[in-house]
Amino acid sequence: MIDYDETKTDLPVGAFPAVALPVVVEVKNVTREFRDDRGNGIVALDNVSLSVRQGEFVSLIGPSGCGKTSLLRLIAGLDEPQSGEILADGEPVTGTSHERGYVFQQANLFPWKTVEENVAFGLKARGVYAQRRSDVAEYLEMAGLKGFERAYPHQISGGMAQRAALVRSLINRPKALLLDEPMGALDSFTRMDLQEKLLELWQSFGTTMILVTHDIDEAVYLSDRVVIMTPRPGRISEIIDIASPFPRNRSSAIFVELRNRVLEKFHLAGAEPPVEYII
Amino acid sequence: MKHSYWRLFAVLPYAAALASNILIPPVIEIDELPFRGLLAALTAYFGTRGLLALRGGPYAEALDRGARFYGAVGVVFMVWDVLSSKTGVLPLPFFPGPAQIMEVMFRERSAHAVNCLYSLRLFAAGFAAGSLFGSVSGILIGWSDRWHYWLFPIMKVVGVIPAIALVPLVLIVMPDTFSTAVALVAISAWFPVAFTTARGIRSIDRTYFEAARILGASDFYMLRKIAIPGAVPAIFTGISTATGIAFSTLVVSEMIGARGGLGYYINLAMGWMNYASVYAAIVIMAILFISVLTAINGIKNRLLAWQKGLIK
Repeated sequence: MIDYDETKTDLPVGAFPAVALPVVVEVKNVTREFRDDRGNGIVALDNVSLSVRQGEFVSLIGPSGCGKTSLLRLIAGLDEPQSGEILADGEPVTGTSHERGYVFQQANLFPWKTVEENVAFGLKARGVYAQRRSDVAEYLEMAGLKGFERAYPHQISGGMAQRAALVRSLINRPKALLLDEPMGALDSFTRMDLQEKLLELWQSFGTTMILVTHDIDEAVYLSDRVVIMTPRPGRISEIIDIASPFPRNRSSAIFVELRNRVLEKFHLAGAEPPVEYII
Repeated sequence: MKHSYWRLFAVLPYAAALASNILIPPVIEIDELPFRGLLAALTAYFGTRGLLALRGGPYAEALDRGARFYGAVGVVFMVWDVLSSKTGVLPLPFFPGPAQIMEVMFRERSAHAVNCLYSLRLFAAGFAAGSLFGSVSGILIGWSDRWHYWLFPIMKVVGVIPAIALVPLVLIVMPDTFSTAVALVAISAWFPVAFTTARGIRSIDRTYFEAARILGASDFYMLRKIAIPGAVPAIFTGISTATGIAFSTLVVSEMIGARGGLGYYINLAMGWMNYASVYAAIVIMAILFISVLTAINGIKNRLLAWQKGLIK
């Protein structure tokens, strides 16, 4: 069964009174340092704080090396901060959890499993497959993968693989879905297609979404809030509310204006220097 | 259609070899019927394939591609036969002709069959034990840092020692010659399987484990569903390498004190200066080895169906 709320889809999600909803992910004064080959410390994240409320769509945007992926990995529990704290549902994050799904840049489907087995993986791993067996077909259909159940990942297109990876995470009904440039490796048509799919799934599940991207259009098109980050040391320089109702029109005046505002802040944030480190 | 003449070349040398064998009288006392039977069978086989190829298509292309090689083998049969049994140019008993080898294979077929079974039994026992033990220790070494720390250096040192060099030690430890031979075959199969398996697991993309963990998999579940299936290609690379090494260990260990098997048979035949039997055993060994490799390949292709068409 999918938690499908009829009333939700008709409402412009961005116009929700976000303040009233509980905080799902809270990042408090987090610092994360890495060492390069020569042993020099690189501050990937410097005293970063961020709160994400339930059902919100937040994009982290910034040039390579600004620590946006590092932040996402910390929220996922794949990595630990040197100082500061990350709370998920008010509890400190100590490791990964199926409550916080993660979609990688490369779809990362298990190549030795069929599309269907990949989508069913979370259910089987958590031992709930017997009760929820019928969900697999439902989620595959949502991802537009009907007829490809028996295909192996290398036999399907990149866009299909990412859609499969999306529902593979969503079938666990996570509270938050962390998306690490899931559309970065796709061509622009497939990317737009996947953006629509992502919006559709977000609005039907109400899952909190945190998206890492370097595409300003994508961030403005999808998000309630856009978080602009700057590199060395990785910091949040600005958070912009995108108070425009869904569905958004990419060529509307308001969209173009919002986009330009983000772009302007982006440049003001000094996102110019050449990339030396990619984290 | 310019290749279709090659189809004739696939069949004609066998027919010519058969004709020359019948027409030229041998210089030694020999039963040539088994060799003639083989040549007749091969003539019929390639003749039938040539007729079937008249319909064209991929079947005909396959025959055209192979025809030159098949024909060349027929030419070798004919020349070899003429140089040995028919004229005595090649010195006997060291270089018997194909007809003599076929004569032995036919006459001693039951002895060969029994020795084949002996070798197969030894191979099955030793190889199964070696690859099972190899994949288990490879999985442990690849999966766990602690096992890797303690066992990997030992494996690297022990693995390069040829199993045959361990004969004195194994003979002391094992109760009889059969179990000694099994242990030697197992040891020689163990190393390549363990080594490639460990490396295979270590080279699996880290993000597969991260994805699995986030989806809710426990360590043990990841071992079963990510590490082991991800290492299967490497395990089979190891098994293929191990097959050759294990087979040579098998033959050598049969030569030192076994009471049956193709290695034992070769030793026995050499003692009697019966070189035709030695060659016969070598031919049988080759056929046996190719069959084993084909069977292993068949299993591999089934298990790795997910890789089909995947370019890495």
